[in-house]
Amino acid sequence: MPVINMPKLSDTMTEGTLVRWLKKEGDTVAAGDILAEVETDKATMEMESFDDGVLKETYVKEGGKVGVGQKIALILGDGESADAPAADKPADKAKADAPAPKAGSAPAAAAPAAAAAPASTGRIKASPLAKKIAAERSVSLDGVTGSGPGGRVVAKDVPAADSAPRAGSAPAAAAPAPIKLEKTGGEETRIELSGMRRVIAERLLASKTQIPHFYLSVEVDAAPLMRLRKEVNAANEAAEQPKITVNDFVLLAVARAAQQCPKVNAAWGGDHVMQYGSVNISVAIAVEDGLVTPVIRNAQDLSLREISSAVKDLASRARNKKLKPEEYAGGTITVSNLGSYGIEQFYAIVNPPQAAILAVGAIVKKPVVNAKGELAVGERMNISLSGDHRVVDGAVGAEYITALRKLVENPALMLF
Amino acid sequence: MALIEYRDALNQAFAEEIERDPNVYLIGEEVAEYDGAYKVTRGLWRKYGDKRVMDAPISEAGFIGMAIGSSMLGLRPVIELMFWSFCTVAYDQIINNAGCVRYMSGGLINCPIVIRGPANGGTNVGATHSHTPENWLANIPGLKVVSAATAYDAKGLMKTAIRDNDPVMFMENTLLYGEKGEVPEEEYTIPLGKADIKRAGSDITFIGHGRAALTALEAANRLADEKGIQAEVIDLRSIRPLDEEAILASVTKTHRVVLVDENKPFCGVSAQIATLIQEKIFDELDAPIRRVCTIDAPAIYSPSIEKLQLPTADRIIEKALGIL
Repeated sequence: MPVINMPKLSDTMTEGTLVRWLKKEGDTVAAGDILAEVETDKATMEMESFDDGVLKETYVKEGGKVGVGQKIALILGDGESADAPAADKPADKAKADAPAPKAGSAPAAAAPAAAAAPASTGRIKASPLAKKIAAERSVSLDGVTGSGPGGRVVAKDVPAADSAPRAGSAPAAAAPAPIKLEKTGGEETRIELSGMRRVIAERLLASKTQIPHFYLSVEVDAAPLMRLRKEVNAANEAAEQPKITVNDFVLLAVARAAQQCPKVNAAWGGDHVMQYGSVNISVAIAVEDGLVTPVIRNAQDLSLREISSAVKDLASRARNKKLKPEEYAGGTITVSNLGSYGIEQFYAIVNPPQAAILAVGAIVKKPVVNAKGELAVGERMNISLSGDHRVVDGAVGAEYITALRKLVENPALMLF
Repeated sequence: MALIEYRDALNQAFAEEIERDPNVYLIGEEVAEYDGAYKVTRGLWRKYGDKRVMDAPISEAGFIGMAIGSSMLGLRPVIELMFWSFCTVAYDQIINNAGCVRYMSGGLINCPIVIRGPANGGTNVGATHSHTPENWLANIPGLKVVSAATAYDAKGLMKTAIRDNDPVMFMENTLLYGEKGEVPEEEYTIPLGKADIKRAGSDITFIGHGRAALTALEAANRLADEKGIQAEVIDLRSIRPLDEEAILASVTKTHRVVLVDENKPFCGVSAQIATLIQEKIFDELDAPIRRVCTIDAPAIYSPSIEKLQLPTADRIIEKALGIL
């Protein structure tokens, strides 16, 4: 008598929205059939049945949000009965139907005081000991996979101090009772948090409050890169090949520079630093209601063309929410480029557990003093690095950004 | 050290205490001329005579009540119940008279008695002869409850029980009377309220009393041999007073516990231990507390099924693996 629980479809998933049931109560189900579509913090995914039988009951309505591990349906095989689960069905239904109170909710007319409570992200099933140890280490059990019976987080699953987002101090301090929103008198629209928005909020809050950030910035001469890009794209156009973007060049340079200066291609592991042999670039891609950071793996081995087509593919699938969870995992350094929005310079928030993120601005024409001491029209681009100072020191960050600058200013060097 | 049977260890305790203290006497059905239904008192009547070892009629209320009265006047009776199951016919004497007299008399009257006998299932003697009343009795403030699993403990605990100034309910086991164990030649006593760590371990704790402690030990040894899992086994020995310190220290060390109990589960001794653990060291638990009890039904008369009704090593292992 399999009870189907909300599966954990990504590392950071704590709850899922049941977008659509593809089977309805009473339908016959075979293993491999798609039961429903579930929206996680990252993507909408199909949920497959691992059992044969009849879909006896569903406990979540379409659009309902359910914590990972909570019951969503019951499939009965031949001759099985549903006594136990049926008994607690009403409670579960009520739970799934009732929208969880949201943080920062607009004080809509009848909202009781309780609605101002912090958003619940689904209960984490952990042993008392695991919870105690997590509190002692100030680590969060959010997203920790439990190895105990029924997926319970037990003591040995608790992450080492500092390797996971902190639970106690920072979020508690940074997210006290939500600020009560004033009525503006004008039109207001209450937007419920999507899974993605909540994860962005939690992870970036944790990063900015727990990682000692430092920032380095350089203005690089982008003229040689622009000349090369013009040549390359003229050739591409003639051959009816897709164009190479400025960002493709930047990604290539980021990968090559990371090979030259591997100390930035690393992560904080609590009691150690992990330095990575391959450069897996997380590329920040804006999507509706948020952003995702899919990964270009082994970018150090890829050609400009390969990087370019990888980014195009990831971006288009990200916008259609078709990326698989594994495509978000395993990044070692992140690049965020807001140049296409005309942003000249910005500083990004480190994407934990990675040690560095690069923020790339627009290429702008501006007066510069050239090597001969003359005023000239330059094409300039700002690149900044935000580093986790526990892993990367200023001098190491400077070495890296110097290597990156050299490659961008002398793109021919990337041939090697 | 001599290897002697559990029943003979008790016999030695009686003989030594009869010789040590002229106020000590034994009373019960068939304890004198017949040497006791289980030969626990073998030879004592012949050696010490009618005044120290006396047969009683089949009237628990009568002879237990009389013995309690004698204790209030200074004697130290050791009262045998042929089965602890029969304590129910002397419940008023045991609970209201023995259990409450010190409190009711403002501490003026003590009741230094021992009531003893087998309190176990598993011998095909039917539901009315197979009760394990240690939880019923431990529920009464004023009574002490002791349960011995080995010959060594039987002797050491019995001597302490006889010397104790409060009524001590001493649980024995017909399945253990013939079990041999090492007992020192020299005199010794075992304090009440002191558990025995029968096996040290770091992965999980098994806690039991009486024969259940031995079943737990068997399960622990098998887990070590078959799975390399090191279970710590604690024999409570005394249920009231209870060695809370030993229980809490072990579970604090292993973070997991299976309670093994020949009591029925409902309001059984193990239910009390479970409460103790979660109240005092909730944060040390890495898994839910599990219990292996006698299956909740009157003692089953079919011998083959009755065997399975009591806790078995298989059931303990299964529960343990479920939380490891």
